[in-house]
Amino acid sequence: MPMSIEADQGLYDYSTRPQRTPTPEGDPGLSLSDDTRLGLYTRLQELRQLEKRAYDLFMQNLVKGTSHLSLGMEAVAAGFGQAMRADDYAFATYRGHAHALSKGASMDGVLAELLGRQNGLMGGKGGSMHLSDAARGMMGSYAIIGAHLTLANGTAWSAQLRDSGQVTVCFFGDGTTNIGAFHEALNFAAVWDLPVVFVCENNLYMEYTPIDLITSVDHPAADRASAYGLERIVIDGNDVDRVYDTALRVLEKARSGGGPSLVEALTYRSGGHSRADPGKYRPAEEVKAWADYDPIIVYHQRLLARGFGEETLTEINNKVADQVNQATEAAKAGAEPELESIFTELWADGGSTWRN
Amino acid sequence: MAELSYRDAVSRGIAQEMRRDPNLVFLGEDVAAAGGVFKTTVGLLDEFGPIRVRDTPISEQAILGAAAGAAMTGVPVIAEIMFSDFLAVCFDLVANEIAKLRYMTDGQVSLPIVIRTANGAGSRFGAQHSQSVENWCMMIPGLKVVAPSTPEDVIGLMAASVRDPDPVVFFEHKSLMATKATIPDGEIVDELGKARTLRAGTDITIVALALMVPRAMAAADRLAEQGISAEVIDLRTLVPLDTRTILHSVERTGRLATVEENPRLCGWGAEIASLVAHEAFWNLDAPIVRITTPHIPLPAANNLEDATIPSVDKIVDTIVSEWA
Repeated sequence: MPMSIEADQGLYDYSTRPQRTPTPEGDPGLSLSDDTRLGLYTRLQELRQLEKRAYDLFMQNLVKGTSHLSLGMEAVAAGFGQAMRADDYAFATYRGHAHALSKGASMDGVLAELLGRQNGLMGGKGGSMHLSDAARGMMGSYAIIGAHLTLANGTAWSAQLRDSGQVTVCFFGDGTTNIGAFHEALNFAAVWDLPVVFVCENNLYMEYTPIDLITSVDHPAADRASAYGLERIVIDGNDVDRVYDTALRVLEKARSGGGPSLVEALTYRSGGHSRADPGKYRPAEEVKAWADYDPIIVYHQRLLARGFGEETLTEINNKVADQVNQATEAAKAGAEPELESIFTELWADGGSTWRN
Repeated sequence: MAELSYRDAVSRGIAQEMRRDPNLVFLGEDVAAAGGVFKTTVGLLDEFGPIRVRDTPISEQAILGAAAGAAMTGVPVIAEIMFSDFLAVCFDLVANEIAKLRYMTDGQVSLPIVIRTANGAGSRFGAQHSQSVENWCMMIPGLKVVAPSTPEDVIGLMAASVRDPDPVVFFEHKSLMATKATIPDGEIVDELGKARTLRAGTDITIVALALMVPRAMAAADRLAEQGISAEVIDLRTLVPLDTRTILHSVERTGRLATVEENPRLCGWGAEIASLVAHEAFWNLDAPIVRITTPHIPLPAANNLEDATIPSVDKIVDTIVSEWA
């Protein structure tokens, strides 16, 4: 039966649609050391404060182009980043500031790249959407949806060939699960038993559109796992303890020859899709519910409940703030890239010559 | 010395490089157990084993993604895309990832990849298995583009491509698979970016690639009968482009014809015509002639396909009719 105009209007009136709010399950009661917990808290603060600074710099018109922020979603990158080995590989999307930092990229390298400076991670050639630090295993941020899942198979294949024990972690959004490369990559990883972990950050919106409106299953990643013989894993992506715990498990599985995993972490973008998007299409109650369940609020309260002192956490906050301020100054102090660099590094000989 | 087909030269070229470099790996659809749908990879699985020679699903994006990711970590890879037409289904990997990663990261990663693919018409396969798409790749900054016309060049240019630290798209022509030549024993290594003058001439420079090379040579014989002395250049690689060999030739002959299997618009000959028109303009005695496949998809029937791609007759007739 053809859809009526009324029904069609209802479909696109997101405010009348069932809202998806967080379902907190509380402290999972993991046996983690104090150092580990403070390490997770520190990482969350680093990602949050740097991302806020990136936003501020955009607002000051110091950063051009676009930006896709991970505000509200930091627990996924933080939890995995803390669980990964230094020589593991990571891939991210254009929303990749947090993932680059969590894999060890420097704050000033990230901010300087956003500002288009010579001291940026890629000397100004990559920009916000392409943060890479290959020396630290951050194999890049990719602005074509889906492609980097296939690339992640490649670094995992390399680790398999070299028997190096390295695992590749590939972060992507819920929208990615509807593109062909996602399915090619999952099948390929499964049949080759590759040491790779695919992490879907399900923030409930594919850019501006609720993911459930345009996806055939409730959980865009996890409900596809069985098609590739993989375990169905859905986790609370705003609970950094749970992310960390899951990360340890799937990383170990991959490292010990158990093959790939697909993890769906439920989370929420505090803001819109990109700089151009205020995110007004989201119901206010939904935004509020997730704001109350912000990963930093959650973890801050948990650490206090576990007996950590407020002053300890404040000290971390202040220390990170100093780092972000210093990084901002270092980035701003950077020179603009030399114009000659336009013609460098197309080829491995350092140049870009195509003729004699 | 041994007589070798173009088809067998592919596997010999790959084997030569896999023996030299124990890290070199090879993947693609039906390449291992089946030996390739064109039988260009027969024997590689037996010699190098299933770790280094690996069959894949029909997943061209996954194939090139795996190749690129491995290459980024220093593992050299040969990846086969069965028909060059299929580059269209993984062109994101070709054009947006593999070609750009080194530049985007300001040199943080290298991509030592050879993408081998069967190119060109002559097999009556129709519009989706017969195209010449070398120009698709030539237009993307960051890709090197190779298209050998002889068995010896297949081996030598394969070696040069594998040893090159940058991504190379290596076009093997389907209609040349059965051609044979006597090949020296031992290692053969050539160089990218070097065209080869196959026939010296004084009246016109004919620049050709892959299957169009033997046709240009045959056309040169026929033109000689009519008193026209044609110099024939086999380009061999489109990127890097050996402009010197072309320009020096045109400086002497004063005329240029390109023979291209790709369709008309933005074919590689257009770039060469532009270069020559700019840099050898005062040496030209006549308008530049481009002989190409018309700007249409390829039909399948024998006579239709034959009439579509440039033939010896078409080359001779076009050059003679333009002669003034």
